Amino acid sequence: MRLEGAGLIDRSRRIGFSYDGRRYLGYAGDTLASALLANDIKVVARSFKYHRPRGIFSAGSEEPNALVTLGRGPGQEPNARATMVELAEGLEAHSQNCWPSVDFDLMSVNDLFAPFLGAGFYYKTFMWPKAFWEKIYEPVIRRAAGLGALSPEAARHKYDKAYAFCDLLIIGSGPAGLMAALTAAETGADVILADEDTRVGGRLNAERDEVEDQQGSLWAEMLFKRLSEMSNVRVMTRTAVVGAYDQGTYGALERVAPEVAVRSGAPKATFWRIVAKRSVLAAGAIERPIAFPNNDRPGIMMAGALRAYVNRWRVCPGQRVAVFANSDAGHRTVADLQAAGVHVAALIDARPEAECTLGLPFYPGAQVSNAEGRRALEAITIEQDGETEKIQTDCLAISGGWNPSVHLSCHMGGRPVWDERIAAFVPVEGAIPGMTVAGAAKGIFSTAGCLQSGVEAAQAVLGDLGFKHAKVKLPKAEDGAYEITPLWSVPGKGRAWLDFQNDVTVKDVKQAATENFRSVEHMKRYTTQGMAPDQGKNSNIAALAVLADATGQGIPETGTTTYRPPFIPVPIAALGAGGQGKSFAPERFTTSHDRTIALGAPMIEAGLWYRPSYFPQAGESHWRQSCDREVRMVRETVGICDVSTLGKIDVQGPDAGAFLDFVYTGMMSTLQEGRVKYGLMLREDGHVMDDGTCARLGPEHFLVTTTTAAAGQVMRHLDFVQQAFCAKMAVRFTSVTEQWAQFAVAGPKSRVLLEDLLDQKLGDDDWPFMACGDMTIGDVNARLFRISFSGELAYELAVPARYGSALFDVLLSRAEALEGGPYGMEALNVMRIEKGFITHAEIHGRVTAFDIGMQGMMSRKKDFIGKTMATRPGLMDEAREQMVGLKPIGTVKQLISGAHLFNPDAEVQSEHDQGYITSVGFSPELGHMIGLGFLKHGRARHGEQVRMVEHLNGVSTLCEVVDPIQFDITGGRMRG
Amino acid sequence: MVKLEPTTPLQGATPVEVGAMVVHEVVGLGPITSVAPYPGRQKAVSDLLKKAHGITFPEPNKFVPGKKASCLWFGREMALLIGEKPDPALAKEAALTDQSDAWAVLSFRGEGIEDALARLAPIDTRLARFPVNSTARTEFAHMMSSITRISETEFRLMIFRAFARTALHEITDAMEGVAALG
Repeated sequence: MRLEGAGLIDRSRRIGFSYDGRRYLGYAGDTLASALLANDIKVVARSFKYHRPRGIFSAGSEEPNALVTLGRGPGQEPNARATMVELAEGLEAHSQNCWPSVDFDLMSVNDLFAPFLGAGFYYKTFMWPKAFWEKIYEPVIRRAAGLGALSPEAARHKYDKAYAFCDLLIIGSGPAGLMAALTAAETGADVILADEDTRVGGRLNAERDEVEDQQGSLWAEMLFKRLSEMSNVRVMTRTAVVGAYDQGTYGALERVAPEVAVRSGAPKATFWRIVAKRSVLAAGAIERPIAFPNNDRPGIMMAGALRAYVNRWRVCPGQRVAVFANSDAGHRTVADLQAAGVHVAALIDARPEAECTLGLPFYPGAQVSNAEGRRALEAITIEQDGETEKIQTDCLAISGGWNPSVHLSCHMGGRPVWDERIAAFVPVEGAIPGMTVAGAAKGIFSTAGCLQSGVEAAQAVLGDLGFKHAKVKLPKAEDGAYEITPLWSVPGKGRAWLDFQNDVTVKDVKQAATENFRSVEHMKRYTTQGMAPDQGKNSNIAALAVLADATGQGIPETGTTTYRPPFIPVPIAALGAGGQGKSFAPERFTTSHDRTIALGAPMIEAGLWYRPSYFPQAGESHWRQSCDREVRMVRETVGICDVSTLGKIDVQGPDAGAFLDFVYTGMMSTLQEGRVKYGLMLREDGHVMDDGTCARLGPEHFLVTTTTAAAGQVMRHLDFVQQAFCAKMAVRFTSVTEQWAQFAVAGPKSRVLLEDLLDQKLGDDDWPFMACGDMTIGDVNARLFRISFSGELAYELAVPARYGSALFDVLLSRAEALEGGPYGMEALNVMRIEKGFITHAEIHGRVTAFDIGMQGMMSRKKDFIGKTMATRPGLMDEAREQMVGLKPIGTVKQLISGAHLFNPDAEVQSEHDQGYITSVGFSPELGHMIGLGFLKHGRARHGEQVRMVEHLNGVSTLCEVVDPIQFDITGGRMRG
Repeated sequence: MVKLEPTTPLQGATPVEVGAMVVHEVVGLGPITSVAPYPGRQKAVSDLLKKAHGITFPEPNKFVPGKKASCLWFGREMALLIGEKPDPALAKEAALTDQSDAWAVLSFRGEGIEDALARLAPIDTRLARFPVNSTARTEFAHMMSSITRISETEFRLMIFRAFARTALHEITDAMEGVAALG
């Protein structure tokens, strides 16, 4: 029911929305919850376990009941709190966890079985038979209990993430937060003021209290304008600070206003990482319920929430309201309702000494002991001095006092302490380094106290940071005392709810204690109280008070459970913002990329690089046709391949040779200028890290190449070795991978092509195998290396990257004139397997130089990284799996990488495993598949037979063990 | 005689304008050389730079602009000499490596650009903390980068040449997001 009066809604702007398919109207400024209440919708959800009808319970992010799903299809948002959803034109909300509807839910049959479904029921009930758990019990329970669901389709919404920095982060913009912000802002400090609400003011927006002789909400708005105009202040409304992390970093979720979020390119929400030198926690307090039988009836809500609905949104969920409290909150609520013209049927004050001047039926020292009405509250039972009285009411406001929002102060392991004065836990100063607590979060519950606390908190922090002292005038405000008599639960027949979200009752907590789950953390896990999105907002304190009572311990001794981030649920989409589509990973393109795409080459990813698989030609319908052709092309004429992706590291300095001697197994310091050497690097544990070439470009100048995959790892390794072991060496290195575009020119006609292009003699005498040096192409400086990964006469030609694209074009046209052309990774792979050259398929991290037959490359004349470990007997044992070549010799000709090897007559079981295959390819030269793999005693077994078994495809192939080099065994083609 | 035509990392793809924000590729900076002084030789390098190029070796996180050449801090014990080929005398004191083609250089400017940058790089760009001629080696949309404040309103991003298109895509996306927020 909507009340007269202004409130903080804009009655000139009507907003249409739908709930469960029906159209309703609300006003700008409404939340979904206030609009539903205005439309007299009582039941908005079904409870988690028992499917009991539930109504709106609160007015903030602590809402346990009114969880709805927004939208339908891709990007639908489950478990949105109706109390935090801004009403927007076209908003579509649906109830969840019910079937067929929230008003008539078949799963509410669970409620009838409640006696069997208490805490821990599934641990006890579904023990047997064992196999049933996964197949039957769990799926059924999951279907019956739960929250909303995501759409299986990918969301289209955009989410953002961003970083912000400030001197002072203020969390919460109630009276304390606002005054802290103003105090800090006046000194010139950079301030971020964050609040999860759509407007600043906190409780001032919900109460009728005045500040500085004006309505509190107006005062807050005035301050908002003043702060917003200051260049050193960023006011972030709709922003919930959700976690406190190391070194002053805070996580915060900013919801983008619905009218902004629909704009093209706009995100739905932004996840902020805010780095603050100091913070002030002014997050206020959360009102706590009182447990009594059937206290979950729709129409029962928190008194503070009811005041917010009446004062801010001008909505009242009932026509005959009753109020039940254990502090002056009850009187305040009645006064507000009466001022709004709402009929109040009764005020039940649990304090026997309480007095009332409000002119209504007043029950001091009384308690509500039952509530009736299934889909809406109809009546309550009041117990006073042993007498019971039943009164009719359709809305009951309850208040059991206030719990300071200590959550963020506990995110780094701090535990709050019990404050007897307010019967609540308060944060410990210093629990989060740099965080100061102010206002209601600290247990200060009067407006004047909060205003003052905000000023003091800011002043203390700013003094610490070295800012000048700011004089701020304290505004006038209410300064009432907070008098409370603790009341956690009312005894009586029937279930009394503590945790509405997880369907946990007083009985469940007592049962946990009976079954010896007496620690609060054990009770929590046994009953699920305070778990999941709730994070103890509503029920924690009452539940532990009940536990304390059941175990005979005091509340402070019982303590709280752990408050964990996030404070409110954060969509994974926001945490992972920017990780979708093209932004999933950076794309690293070579200079030949556009031409390669134009030639129709399918690309494969190598790390972040994109490289061509093969270059299809007309008439080729299968990649193997292209691959075979490209292999033959390179073996017969000339092929061009972009090899820029290989890591290139420029190493310089008087000690460059000594440094390289230390990182390579082989000796590099004696390498001649103008020559290249193959090198192997080991990790400190003696296993192979990477292989590549090392070229000596000058007396103190080397160029190291790495594999594409390990370029970053090698760079990091060199940095580590230099800093940790060789800091005094005069050596410096830097990556030049991006500086040079480099192309392999391979095949018998490569020399002709390059001699013509470079106008240079490149015969074996002029430019022998493993020679390198500077060149020019026209007026462009280039580098030429005679190295080969194909086993053919081959060169690699490098130019500064700006010329890469042009050089690729030139090389292609010249190769085509010689009946050659480009080749891709597939052909490259086949040729290197034919030659027994390794890649990271072989040096996968657990092989040694010995395993790949390169133990001879481990120099005896010097020390190098990994030497001691690599020469341990266990790593040089002949029984180890050693690299071998494989070829099929039976009727089955297929080889599959990853398959395992067995002796031909052995049973195929893991204990008979002899090794595995790492690389395979079809060799058009040899006419069959070939493979590389690792086999126990492999080098001694050339000529023997082994069986390859691949279980995934059910393939079994008889193979002959051969030398890893299967093509041009003497290397004549390559060396000339 | 073969004539190879040069291309820039973002050949023709910029400027990109979104709202008041503009991104353009910076070309024509001249030679870029990494200068890595050998242990203990930083002062000698700085003196030589001063003599030959009129600039000093930058302190960490600083950019030293000059008339013809400028010098950009580029990580531990390294700077980039931009605009002129290094004086050969420097080679005795420092490793010199040509990097003219290794980096794509983008200029970001216009109102809102700091907000766009805040979505891609985890650095504090408040003017007081990151004044003109400040620089940082930092992450930019999962890529390693160098970000420098050239003026109060302009930032310069250096990113691996091969990442140039991704960088442009990311900053464009961020600018669109910021512009939409208004």
